[in-house]
Amino acid sequence: MLYPDTVEAEVLVHKPWFVATMFGVVFAIFLAFNLTSTSFGELMRPVIGEPSQSGLYGRFAIAFVIALLFVLNVVLIGFASLRVQIAIVWFELLLLFLAFFATFHLSLPFIREKLPFLISQGVVTTLYVSAISIIIASLIAILGAVAKLSTNGFAYAIASFYTSFFRGLPLLMQVYLIYLGLPQLGFVVGAVPAGILALSLCYGAYMTEIFRSGIQSIDRGQWEASRSMGFGFSLTMRRIILPQALPVIIPPTGNQFISMLKDSSLVSVIGVWELMFLARTLGQKTFQHMEMLISASLIYWMLSICLELIQSRIERHYARSKVR
Amino acid sequence: MSAETIIEARAVSKWYGQFHALKDINLTVHKGERIVICGPSGSGKSTLIRCFNRLESHQEGDIAVNGIHLHPKMKNVADVRSNVGMVFQHFNLFPHLTVLMNCMAGPMWVKGVSAAEARKTALQFLERVRIPEQANKFPVQLSGGQQQRVAIARSLCMEPAVMLFDEPTSALDPEMVSEVLDTMTGLARDGMTMVCVTHEMGFARAVADRVILMDAGQIVEEGKPDSFFGNPQHDRTKLFLSQILKH
Repeated sequence: MLYPDTVEAEVLVHKPWFVATMFGVVFAIFLAFNLTSTSFGELMRPVIGEPSQSGLYGRFAIAFVIALLFVLNVVLIGFASLRVQIAIVWFELLLLFLAFFATFHLSLPFIREKLPFLISQGVVTTLYVSAISIIIASLIAILGAVAKLSTNGFAYAIASFYTSFFRGLPLLMQVYLIYLGLPQLGFVVGAVPAGILALSLCYGAYMTEIFRSGIQSIDRGQWEASRSMGFGFSLTMRRIILPQALPVIIPPTGNQFISMLKDSSLVSVIGVWELMFLARTLGQKTFQHMEMLISASLIYWMLSICLELIQSRIERHYARSKVR
Repeated sequence: MSAETIIEARAVSKWYGQFHALKDINLTVHKGERIVICGPSGSGKSTLIRCFNRLESHQEGDIAVNGIHLHPKMKNVADVRSNVGMVFQHFNLFPHLTVLMNCMAGPMWVKGVSAAEARKTALQFLERVRIPEQANKFPVQLSGGQQQRVAIARSLCMEPAVMLFDEPTSALDPEMVSEVLDTMTGLARDGMTMVCVTHEMGFARAVADRVILMDAGQIVEEGKPDSFFGNPQHDRTKLFLSQILKH
């Protein structure tokens, strides 16, 4: 949260000019569309009579009512406490979202039929591909970070070449290069190992930089104290520097993991049966693309939310030694 | 003095690039001796004691600690460092470890002492710096003076032959200076060999066997406290003492 002032400012959504502007804008927008033939028109039947015959009056009345409801809603939320505000706004946005999807007239039985397979095959594959990749990427990142901070010319050159190359190519390209390129060298790799390899190498390159900056953020004094007690390099790194760097490293690593979860969809192009692949293929036969794509989207979203929660837990855990 | 030599520096010189930080330093520290080094900032006093455990390198001359010569290719630097305790201006405690673990870490990880024994030693030295009740707290939960005393205990746990103090009270609130100085005085009374970089002239007068003034990378004056404070020989020393004792 930003640094709050101790003097409370007037609530924006209660200022008359803001309320009036809001009303005007919403009214204008809805007046621009003729909503008399939609369910809004049906709802307004007692006021405007037969919707299709109500003409300009109907449009005007509908826009007026929507704008009024909208402004009232916002003004009322303005009175609530911060937590309640956040909860209500989240809920309302979610509702609008679902209403939007409802307009697609999705076939729920079809979703119900395919969902178990989407989860047991798709989600499981997505999760384990991402989890294995993030672990390998972290290991690469530690090595890469130490190499990039070392005074060994070979180590630095190899590490910086690696990060430069894998950050410089699109991930999709890396997936193709590894899956199609390695067999040319005589190594036939399965789609899943190839996908994991591509994700690990790509994210390892990004995370090398995260780990490097995390290690560099630790005060020199920690190195000096460790040295002065006779700790060697690896002991200092393992016991003193990395444990302190972790709280710095974990938030961005969590972000990387969340983004990897979604980027793992790129390995669908080489035929790994993960969430994205199934979302595309399951609906293909019956042209029910939207059902599967929306289901998969929601699953990705929920997985990300879970990871965010886990991430904030871990962050709180590491904040322990900073509590006064 | 015929006691055995702990630190011996012969004609030591050090450069930072073009800057000549230490110029031809000769200094011998005998077992049980308490030496206070003072001087204006930038005079090389911290650099000098940081050379004694090779946190810094010297380019010319020779430094030997317990008979081990310090040089860039030495293999046994850990032996030297575990024998030389160092207390820093900014404490440099390990913030992710409890006070107790800060003290146990060195013996366990460097000397391979068992956890139970390290714990016993740690508690014994925390007792000695008079904060055994803080053992399970984290460093940030302690005051500056307490943190510095923990840092002293942490160094003592390694049972070093000599303790180096690098301006141990400079980062402390005035009220906390004396608790740290008391601890240091106690150590001195118990016969610990100490080299202290400090501006606490009262401490120097009470505890030191020798006081050294450094300026511009050189040892300007060296003497027993009585003569150093009562009858300084060099103009630089007189100026320094008049500045530091003015208020």
